[in-house]
Amino acid sequence: MLEFMEGSHAVAEIVKRCRPQVISAYPITPQTHIVEDLAQMVANCEIDAEYITVESEFSALSACLGASAAGSRVYSATTSQGLALMFEVCFNVAGMRQPIVMTIANRSLGAPLSIWNDQQDSISLRDSGWLQFYAEDNQEAADLHMIAYKVCEDHDILLPAFVCFDGFILTHTYEPVALPTQEEVDAYLPAFNPYQRLDAANPLSFGMYATPEYYMEFRYEVDRAMERAKQAFIKAGREFGEQFDRDYSALVEGYRLEDADTALVAMGSICGTAKDAVDEMREHGRKVGLLNIRVFRPFPAQEIADALKDVSTVAVLDKNISLGNGGAVGTEVKAALYGSGISVYDYIIALGGRDVRKRDIAAVVDLAEKGEGDMFYGLRTEVL
Amino acid sequence: MRELRIHGRGGQGSVTAAELIAYAAFEGGVFSQAFPAFGVERRGAPVQAFVRFSDEKVRLRSQIYEPDYIIVQDPTLIGDVDVFNGMKAGGIAIVNTEKSDFDSGVPEGVKVYTIDATTIALEELGVPITNTTLMGAFAAATGEIGLEPLEHALRRRFSGSMADKNVRAAERAYNQIGGAA
Repeated sequence: MLEFMEGSHAVAEIVKRCRPQVISAYPITPQTHIVEDLAQMVANCEIDAEYITVESEFSALSACLGASAAGSRVYSATTSQGLALMFEVCFNVAGMRQPIVMTIANRSLGAPLSIWNDQQDSISLRDSGWLQFYAEDNQEAADLHMIAYKVCEDHDILLPAFVCFDGFILTHTYEPVALPTQEEVDAYLPAFNPYQRLDAANPLSFGMYATPEYYMEFRYEVDRAMERAKQAFIKAGREFGEQFDRDYSALVEGYRLEDADTALVAMGSICGTAKDAVDEMREHGRKVGLLNIRVFRPFPAQEIADALKDVSTVAVLDKNISLGNGGAVGTEVKAALYGSGISVYDYIIALGGRDVRKRDIAAVVDLAEKGEGDMFYGLRTEVL
Repeated sequence: MRELRIHGRGGQGSVTAAELIAYAAFEGGVFSQAFPAFGVERRGAPVQAFVRFSDEKVRLRSQIYEPDYIIVQDPTLIGDVDVFNGMKAGGIAIVNTEKSDFDSGVPEGVKVYTIDATTIALEELGVPITNTTLMGAFAAATGEIGLEPLEHALRRRFSGSMADKNVRAAERAYNQIGGAA
């Protein structure tokens, strides 16, 4: 049944129904509504969880790491500078193989200070060993949390995940969302069964140092788990589809790509605007489609190559920049399509909350079809 | 798809109005979407909030540049902000003003409904917060939302006598515009 609510509230409600046992987070715009809602739910005894208040994001994720190692299902949420402050702990969580799920309410990074949306924050942690899922709308944002716990806690995976949804654009938008009931969530997501845990009767150490004889093998094992997470996501997404009629069994989702000459590639809420733009361009006889990258880590290079094999031109919309080398998604899509003969162009767009309209999407397609790309789109040249 | 842009000042409840109008539309069986112009909100500064109404799921995420409808909560905005910017021909504007002969900068083809929402809000609520009054005017002028779902939306947000007062304010505006529409 559809209910009308704010995106942050939808995420908080579904996190509640995932029955986390420990929550620790530090409020930061635009993630704040999620953790405020959850703190209220804990205070009201609606969730049987410990809410650990802390003085920083570093401490929040550190508390989560300890709680996860002790065998709890754990949740956190952050964004932007908060995620930056977690940088060190993020690598430790993944290296210690703790299946923590954390919402990222995507926001740009300072300086200059900006509270507005882009995806620089989570993209900057792409090498940390966390799975990264990107939601197009608030329904997907809610649903991906259930899938994330299922994938992360799989004993063949045991990695943490970011569920990313665009700050303000989704977090602060009210729209209809269907929330599975507690019973339905319980049927989909069994209770956490830790692979190993801190236990005084059976002592273990987490995060010990590894000498040069061992370190590479630990990294290799994390990388293999990442690779296995593709199939685990597909399986968890298919099971979700069987139970709830919303199918997430694909790492990438094509839209009107069947006979497309030009394909847009994007992640997150910009895909909604892009779909409407594609429909308009189609009405004018333009053979344009969209590929939405739902799972960015592990990177679905083969799935992207398969989905785009029949197009001649690709325009990647990057809401981030690896300064000195263009957008991260564009760089990786180019690598995935290497040798295919497809022309791939990258567009840095919508940084720091710059609004994107359908006509901007159409303008990017025009540029790509003229062979102009690997550029910032929409710069105000008068202030440069 | 129809689009509404609400112009107000920080503290006047424009974002709440967008949310409640969209909720009322959703209750009436429409796919709706409400969101603010995200900013560093300051009391008194010009703000905008947006609503989309559609028969299908709304995918579009951009702000609203060519609205079918606008609500202007505060007449002092006119002049500072081009509230009519991009309005579609055949569009409907609801303007809070005591001037019944208001015609400041109205583009051709746009129908303006004026209402002295400040006076209604002062009489019914005791405070010059006009958002719920203007929601009633919007319902009557556009037909996008019915009075009954609007009342549900108000009672979901407010409780007790505060709910009654806001419903009365919305109804007064609805009936006043209803006579004109």
